Amino acid sequence: MTDTQTPTSLDLADERLIMHSGVRGWLSVTWNRIRSGDVGSLPVIIGLVIICVVFQALNPFFLSSANLTNLLLESAAVGTIAIGIVLVLLVAQIDLSVGSMSGLASAILGVGLTQHGWSVPVAMAVALIAGIAVGALYGFIFVKFSVPSFVITLAGLLALLGLQLRILGTNGSINIPFESGIVKFTQATFLPPVASYVLAAVAVAGWVASRFARARRRAAAHLSTGSMTGTLITAAGLLVAAEAALWYLNDTRGVGASFVLFLALVVIFDFLLQRTRWGRSVYAVGGSVEAARRAGLKVTAVYMSVFIACSALAALGGLLAAGRLATASISSGTGDTNLNAIAAAVIGGTSLFGGRGNVWSALLGILTISAISSGLTLLSLSSDIRFIITGGVLMLAVIVDSIARRSREAHGRA
Amino acid sequence: MNDFLKSETPSTNGATAAPLLQMKGICKDFGAIRALSDIDLTVNRGEVVALLGDNGAGKSTLVKVLAGVHPHDEGVVEFDGQAADISTPAASRALGIATVYQDLALCDNLDVVANLFLGCERGRPLLAEEEMEQRAWDLLKQLAAKIPSVRIQVAALSGGQRQTVAIARSLIGEPALVMLDEPTAALGVAQTAEVLNLIERLRDRGHAVLLITHNLADVRAVADRVVVLRLGHNNGDFKVRETTQEDIVAAITGATDSAVTRRAAAVAERAKMETQS
Repeated sequence: MTDTQTPTSLDLADERLIMHSGVRGWLSVTWNRIRSGDVGSLPVIIGLVIICVVFQALNPFFLSSANLTNLLLESAAVGTIAIGIVLVLLVAQIDLSVGSMSGLASAILGVGLTQHGWSVPVAMAVALIAGIAVGALYGFIFVKFSVPSFVITLAGLLALLGLQLRILGTNGSINIPFESGIVKFTQATFLPPVASYVLAAVAVAGWVASRFARARRRAAAHLSTGSMTGTLITAAGLLVAAEAALWYLNDTRGVGASFVLFLALVVIFDFLLQRTRWGRSVYAVGGSVEAARRAGLKVTAVYMSVFIACSALAALGGLLAAGRLATASISSGTGDTNLNAIAAAVIGGTSLFGGRGNVWSALLGILTISAISSGLTLLSLSSDIRFIITGGVLMLAVIVDSIARRSREAHGRA
Repeated sequence: MNDFLKSETPSTNGATAAPLLQMKGICKDFGAIRALSDIDLTVNRGEVVALLGDNGAGKSTLVKVLAGVHPHDEGVVEFDGQAADISTPAASRALGIATVYQDLALCDNLDVVANLFLGCERGRPLLAEEEMEQRAWDLLKQLAAKIPSVRIQVAALSGGQRQTVAIARSLIGEPALVMLDEPTAALGVAQTAEVLNLIERLRDRGHAVLLITHNLADVRAVADRVVVLRLGHNNGDFKVRETTQEDIVAAITGATDSAVTRRAAAVAERAKMETQS
């Protein structure tokens, strides 16, 4: 692959186009994008680095392998919920009831396992079906009666919490047996070191292969291919970073299975959003509902699918949380679960205004939230301070989102 | 030079003698307002029909009825000689009606390619981005469109470029009837000429074009027939070559029957009486 593009490429024929070729061009394009407000995930990455440096200075245990392993385990459940939040934010809606939904799912799991004698797969299936049903109900009310999703899900927050309390009944807390599959999966299953190295290498290789395949298809269609050297540099950087991180984590327990599941969900949903018609219609609806409707997209189906996916992911997150704590109680999914999931999506860079962002923001956002929470816990600060600081960080993220939006408008990218 | 025009004539461009589109007695209410009342409209193949009218005459409402955005309350629509259902945008598109809206209806957060193929993306189950991008360039070249890159968000384009994207989009599905709502309102001189050229090319290939405009120069340049709406009613159907501009303006403004004309007639009558006496 060459870095120089033949000027005859179909998409580079316009003489007004500022040419960028080679590695230098790739760097300058990236810099211009950031300057004009298309910041993507840069603020959150910088924020994450600052958070790590500050907490490490305050408590040397923060960046220890054991703490980071724990931090990833903690992230999986709420991160899974945040994927769903990203989806609803992309269509410019919101789901405020994901915390209650996750609590309801954990209650179904706990009661099903201990009182009805269901097997783990059956109990999980029932909980997920409950999530799908709730999402379908939200979607139905939204498209049928045009009630703002904010109000629907606020009502749902209370109703689902009531349902959770009713299912749990008089015993406010149910212990899930330690030998059950879900607890083993979330607490005690870790990737073997060798498998983790191989997986990371395969993932990066897969990414490079897909970029090269894309470049080949573009070349066949007489389109410019972009800088392959840039791809290789990025890939090398990713590979080194991933393997080093894994090596450090494998020093203690390694990467938990539930975090791998969360990562897999991020990759799957990102793929669906970027490469399928469904994903395209999600972005279109978030950008302009009227335009999407007039283009003949089934807008109601898009809304339905997004609400269903969000509630189902919230249920899955609740199951992971229940397994991790080996308990289902009246406090499952209450407290900061809701806000953490929403904050993760926004902090990660998904716009509250719809149509902008991607699923990776769930990953970056939840890592930020977990890092703050873990750091503050290590400093033995109580939850009051934790709430205040997390709230402040969320506000900061929203401010960055709004500034970036203004900057995009000024640079004609809004 | 025009692949998309050369490749296939529209399937509806067949042997039947019936007009391509026939609307009879179309009524549409918005609450207490009767936006369209008893509207008739006929469009033949290979014909450019200009739909004229003052503000609030019901032009845009009629366009939206045809596009399936606002289903009509009463009346019959026949497409290609057969009763047609146009209650949804998808149904309208499936019939072969393509619409370019006045507000363009583009998604600002998507790039040009995504907007062009919105609702009819190529590739299953995965999007065929390269095929779409290549076709987008072909199409834009045929329209002599000045768009520097099809991978920039539509928000970054100028008004004329956005109009071009919207028109190009309507041609993706090989429509039998193309509706253009004020297509030249935001365009420069050269681009206006390009759009008018394009309208003529469409007609030559047997497509029908319904042109909604305020610009009488455009009408005289390309339209074969003029249908005038006034306050939600039919108010004239002219062949452009046999009509003067004054007649069309009179039909648009209602000058054929207004306080001004009635007074003018009365004055003339009185003058005649006086000269006689």
